[in-house]
Amino acid sequence: MNRMQQNVDSTQAIAESDAIAVERTLAGDRDAYRVLVERHSHNVFRLAYRMTGNRHDAEEVVQEAFLRGYQKLGQFAARSNFGTWVYRIAANYAIDRMRQRQKEDARREAPRTQDQDGMEDDPLNRVKDEAPTPERLTQSIELRKQMEQALAALSEAERTAFVMRHWEGCGIEEIAAVLKSSSNATKNTVFRAVQKLRLALQPVVQTRAQARAMGTES
Amino acid sequence: MKHMTEEELIAYREGIAEQRLPISEHLAACKECRAELERIEAVLAALDTLPVPDPGADYGRQVWKEIAPRLAEKPGRWWQAWLEPRRLAAAGAVVALIVGAFVAGRVTNRSNPGDNTASKEQVRERILVVAVGEHLGHSERMLVELSNAAPNDPKQREVNISAEQRRAEDLLQENRLYRQTALQEGDAGLASVLDELERVLLDVAHSPDQVTPAQLEAIQKKIEARGILFKVRVVNKELQQRQEASEPAPAKNDSKKGERNKV
Repeated sequence: MNRMQQNVDSTQAIAESDAIAVERTLAGDRDAYRVLVERHSHNVFRLAYRMTGNRHDAEEVVQEAFLRGYQKLGQFAARSNFGTWVYRIAANYAIDRMRQRQKEDARREAPRTQDQDGMEDDPLNRVKDEAPTPERLTQSIELRKQMEQALAALSEAERTAFVMRHWEGCGIEEIAAVLKSSSNATKNTVFRAVQKLRLALQPVVQTRAQARAMGTES
Repeated sequence: MKHMTEEELIAYREGIAEQRLPISEHLAACKECRAELERIEAVLAALDTLPVPDPGADYGRQVWKEIAPRLAEKPGRWWQAWLEPRRLAAAGAVVALIVGAFVAGRVTNRSNPGDNTASKEQVRERILVVAVGEHLGHSERMLVELSNAAPNDPKQREVNISAEQRRAEDLLQENRLYRQTALQEGDAGLASVLDELERVLLDVAHSPDQVTPAQLEAIQKKIEARGILFKVRVVNKELQQRQEASEPAPAKNDSKKGERNKV
């Protein structure tokens, strides 16, 4: 049996086991829901973290997704895959949380932008990295910061579309359902996200690649 | 030779291109487009190095522990969850807010027909201020009690904080609703403090019923480190000042009108 077949079989076995757990939960066995929570928490956390960009919000999203999933489980009965379903609930809640967080951050950041030379807003972050520092570690931290900033600069829809497509490998229809958008518009959102990320990060990535080629960085 | 657009290359890379074959064929023959695709891939490959923290092997169990007390006996009927006493209390608070704002808005409307929008907003804000002030007062009392809790006997192995825990659960529901209302009303400062308070309430609500003196001390240190009691007091004080400032002063020649505007 090849590896791909094994994966398909394992996915089917999980889906069947999920379906049984859903039925038992709906019949009043609350502990059956525990199986679903324990099985899917890691995946939902990964999605939530990539969408929200911080652990606190990601954990809130995971809990809320499973709570909402439990409350709406009656609506799930006709569907086939619990993992995909709870994933969608999590993505929707993550979008709401991102919106709230943006408003809260905008309020907190306001005084900070006036103090542009302060510690919080490092001016180095705004300088294009044309002459990279020799320390690899510093560079990696800097690149990571820039990537996080580039992701944070995407709109909620762009970030959702990018995370779900690029990192989570979700289908366009599934992403379109979360974004309440058409397939074509969703594809366009994925494109815009990658284009913006490229615009923000390509100069840094290229500089690092050149430095590696010249031997100034391994 | 007509080159591929950036959109076509990104769609190809992300597996969402309508027709892959013509793009593959073009890439095989076109060095420039291959180089362009490599540049896109380099950015995506860099992004793939961003780490996701590992929540731990027993994360699923932790999530279950957090949510289990909040699940209704049977799922699927969403309205049942709203019949839980604590949800009813929170929903009641919000209904009171809305009804209060509506009634007060009507009263203010009649007395000041020329300044509808401003007065309605003032009344709505005043009601939010009063309700949130009470909520912050309750939260402060619970946190003070928890901060001062100590074992009765030095040999005591566990301290019962179930009362504080239950109150934190109730306050958590209210807090979420008030935070969302504050955001909708555009009061980002208040929403921000409520967000911080929510994290502390979450910690307390998810603590065990019985804690060891060391665990209790850890909770107390956490509360202290976040400075949440101080922030709650400051915001509550500000709210009181806003409440006093927004209360209409009695008019010199029309005392009845002043009385009517008072909420």
